[in-house]
Amino acid sequence: MKITRKDFLRLSGLSLLAAGCKPAVRSANQPASGTGAAPTQLTRWGMVIDLRKCREKDGCNACVHACNAAHNVPQIANRAHEVKWLWTEPYATVFPSAQTGYAPQTVTETMVPLLCNHCADPPCTRVCPTQATWKRDDGIVMMDWHRCIGCRYCVAACPYGSRSFNFEDPRPSIASINPDFPTRTKGVVEKCNFCEERLTRGLKPACVDACPQHVFAFGNLADPDSEPRQLLRDRFAVQREPELGTGPSVFYLV
Amino acid sequence: MLMLDKALKGSRRYWMWLLCLFCIIAAGLCFYLRQLDQGLGITGLGRDVSWGLYIAQFTFFVGVAASAVMVVLPYYLHREKQFARITILGEFLAIASVIMCILFIFVDLGQPARVLNIILYPSPRSLMFWDMLSLSGYLLLNAIIAFVTLRVEREEAAAPRWIKPLAILSIPWAISIHTVTAFLYSGLAGRSFWLTAILAPRFLASAFSSGPALLILLCLALRKLSAYDVGKDAIRKLAIIMTYAMAINVFFVLVEVFTVFYAAIPEHTMHFEYLYLLGGGHNLAPWMWVSAVFAVAALVILFTPAWRRTQLPLACILVFISLWLEKGLGLIVGGFEPSPLGAIAHYAPTLPEWTIVAGIWAVGAFLITVFYKIVLSVREEVDS
Repeated sequence: MKITRKDFLRLSGLSLLAAGCKPAVRSANQPASGTGAAPTQLTRWGMVIDLRKCREKDGCNACVHACNAAHNVPQIANRAHEVKWLWTEPYATVFPSAQTGYAPQTVTETMVPLLCNHCADPPCTRVCPTQATWKRDDGIVMMDWHRCIGCRYCVAACPYGSRSFNFEDPRPSIASINPDFPTRTKGVVEKCNFCEERLTRGLKPACVDACPQHVFAFGNLADPDSEPRQLLRDRFAVQREPELGTGPSVFYLV
Repeated sequence: MLMLDKALKGSRRYWMWLLCLFCIIAAGLCFYLRQLDQGLGITGLGRDVSWGLYIAQFTFFVGVAASAVMVVLPYYLHREKQFARITILGEFLAIASVIMCILFIFVDLGQPARVLNIILYPSPRSLMFWDMLSLSGYLLLNAIIAFVTLRVEREEAAAPRWIKPLAILSIPWAISIHTVTAFLYSGLAGRSFWLTAILAPRFLASAFSSGPALLILLCLALRKLSAYDVGKDAIRKLAIIMTYAMAINVFFVLVEVFTVFYAAIPEHTMHFEYLYLLGGGHNLAPWMWVSAVFAVAALVILFTPAWRRTQLPLACILVFISLWLEKGLGLIVGGFEPSPLGAIAHYAPTLPEWTIVAGIWAVGAFLITVFYKIVLSVREEVDS
């Protein structure tokens, strides 16, 4: 079979075009993910944090240690390079718009556990240029550390400061490596995954199990009989910056 | 096609200059290799200020790239013949700037080896996807237009008919690159400093004064260093464009300042206070005031008939430095300080960071030198 140069160029051009169209066709075939929690959603994992119980044992940090150990979160001395999945900040810092100015210091200075809010409409997944972070059908906002290019657009987009970038190789800063969970590399973003790896094994998140005060109530927000839903029915709860329209799945009982 | 042979014949001064730039590029590259090895931890960036000098420089040079439209539009749309000798210089400046922008993004990535993931997993919901499209399209458009017009000039032939539509297309495209770049920031709900509809107009206004300021300085340098003169009229017209764009930019900033401080929402005022409050121990504040004073000084010179012509180079330098400080430093860092949790990180770029930035600047200067050398040689050849 003889093939002229013109034919060859035409063919290679067409093949390139076809290859280029493939991702577009593929993404067009995928159903568009709706924004917000659809009422028919079967599972939406959520958490209710009881600050009154937490205050009784202020500064115990059992949850933070359990999370760090479970997920190989490095302990970096340089504040600017810290990696945090679950950590604590003073109440007044976490809820700046809920301050009357007259609450006693014991309240405003209480440490509040912070983590990824696993938003119903997460700004971080919206801005990611490689879909390295995405929201699962059960509401968990996931991270693919092998796809992340480290542009840190999600870090800028998250209103809660819940995302950490690995400014250095994290492995030397992990005291003892948990072989059941991957370590990360420098140059990628990471954050709380709601212990997705434990949920698949039917376990509750590590922080929930580690807390001596039973501060954390974890469950399905789509199920009216779940523990978080019962707590939210009975008591007054707040979310962090709900006015931004992100729809956090983490609630605080104050 | 590229007529690179023209860039290989030059005076001793030309080669010395290129050698100097090459050394700066090499220094930047050395530090970049270190960054590649140790991670972005060798920069001044951190968990609170996660974008800094690199992204700010990217933003500034998108503006310089877009500003080519200020010579392309009068020349191709209004047939302003005075711009005949300057238009191609503007287009080559745009090409060099876009390449600098791509490099600034590249050095900011934590995992640069995976950069093609942006194309492998296209995400139209991310503004970065659109920024990539608009920047690469703009680069392609300008490269085609500039090299083809220069080529036909050398062959003393008429430009192909499809060049003009391409040039016209590059006009809205230039607006789009800077609009999309502004949208990168202004679409983030949690960053109140950028969450303002005036950001894109402000970006364009500052671009259309900083870009022409640089182009005028480059043209004046060409006149000093070679026999190439773009013409008094072109410089004068470009200076008028720069003047009004600068005035509009200052107006936009003041509009923003009014809204922020009269409404006095703490979330909005705190960023301006961080940037402009002297004595608060914030290392950027003095520089932001230098920027403000330079802006006013430049406007005074440019609006005073006696100084407008005699002091034009000084005014251009003031405009360029003022906007470089405002946009190439303050605008990005100010969005992160204080952080959403109220923390102030005191970001200061480190030596490796400055050197990498200088290296990319040197790449830009290198490209400009080579491009302008080609233009000048072709035009000399045609004239003789």
